[in-house]
Amino acid sequence: MANTFELIASSTVGSGGAASINFSSIPSTYTDLAIFTSARSTATGSGADFFVYASFNGLTTNRTYRRIEGYNGGAGSDNGSNYPVGITGGSTTTADIFNNGSFYIPNYSSTTINKSYSADWVSENNSAVNYDLGFIAGLWSSTAAINQITITVSTGNLAQYSTAYLYGVRNS
Amino acid sequence: MAAGPTYTSIATTTLGSASATITFSSIAGTYTDIVLVANILCSTDSNISAYVNGVNTGTSYSNTHLTGSGSAAASSRGSNQSTWQLSPGPMASATTSPEPMIINFQNYSNTTTYKNALFRYGINGATYNGVAATVGLYRDTAAITSITLKTDALFSIGTQATIYGIQAA
Repeated sequence: MANTFELIASSTVGSGGAASINFSSIPSTYTDLAIFTSARSTATGSGADFFVYASFNGLTTNRTYRRIEGYNGGAGSDNGSNYPVGITGGSTTTADIFNNGSFYIPNYSSTTINKSYSADWVSENNSAVNYDLGFIAGLWSSTAAINQITITVSTGNLAQYSTAYLYGVRNS
Repeated sequence: MAAGPTYTSIATTTLGSASATITFSSIAGTYTDIVLVANILCSTDSNISAYVNGVNTGTSYSNTHLTGSGSAAASSRGSNQSTWQLSPGPMASATTSPEPMIINFQNYSNTTTYKNALFRYGINGATYNGVAATVGLYRDTAAITSITLKTDALFSIGTQATIYGIQAA
């Protein structure tokens, strides 16, 4: 029986951090893509101060999202035109704390429909403040097949030991 | 250890004609958990529901929603329903921008406990947009052998859905 959930590529950020994790030349032979991240920013900030972004094909335009999150004891929702897939903390977050996040892109290689994605994450800090969990429904209004995904943070670099794993999912 | 695949495509469908329902039936009980991934296209706003084992009457279903409209967070629920009612309002009017939906069924084949489902999805309707998570309970101990997604209107051509089985060992 065929393996339908297959690791395409992975990356762990080395010493000094990195501006991005880039998965390029993603083959179009899968049905969906699943990406799992563990991220932290090098910028000065606490447990829920920064977005984790994912651009597609090197482009950050034509993106919209709606988000719901629990943060510091409250709940909220917002929308925007950038390209988040999660929230994480920065250098003033307790040492060794990274977020957990994932996002899923169905039918990523279609050239006839726009690309929707679903993301969720947690950034827990063992504190009454500066924690976050949430969901995003996102859209890239482009019919181009996704062949590159670049993961960054909204401020600073990805800290050392940040990771990302890219899986291809086949429906047959 | 020569382990086999632990994430297996059980069945998939891409609609070649508009349909009000998508059903996966004869689901084997040989997996530990099930994941259903759908990429929904629909030409008109409609209510979307889900049910299992062909049961869409009675009062065995309940659900709790967590929704974000893009400006406000809200929660709502329904009890003693005939199906799982997804979203607090009509959804799925997208024609070229599909709505992703991921549904997790844990321990779906046991015959001793009621069944839960966790839905995560986007809502791209004419009157409501947002992101939502829904937890559903089906008060029946029967193993889940079929799953149906239903719309009050029609799922459009090109709507995709796949059901995966996850094996613990």
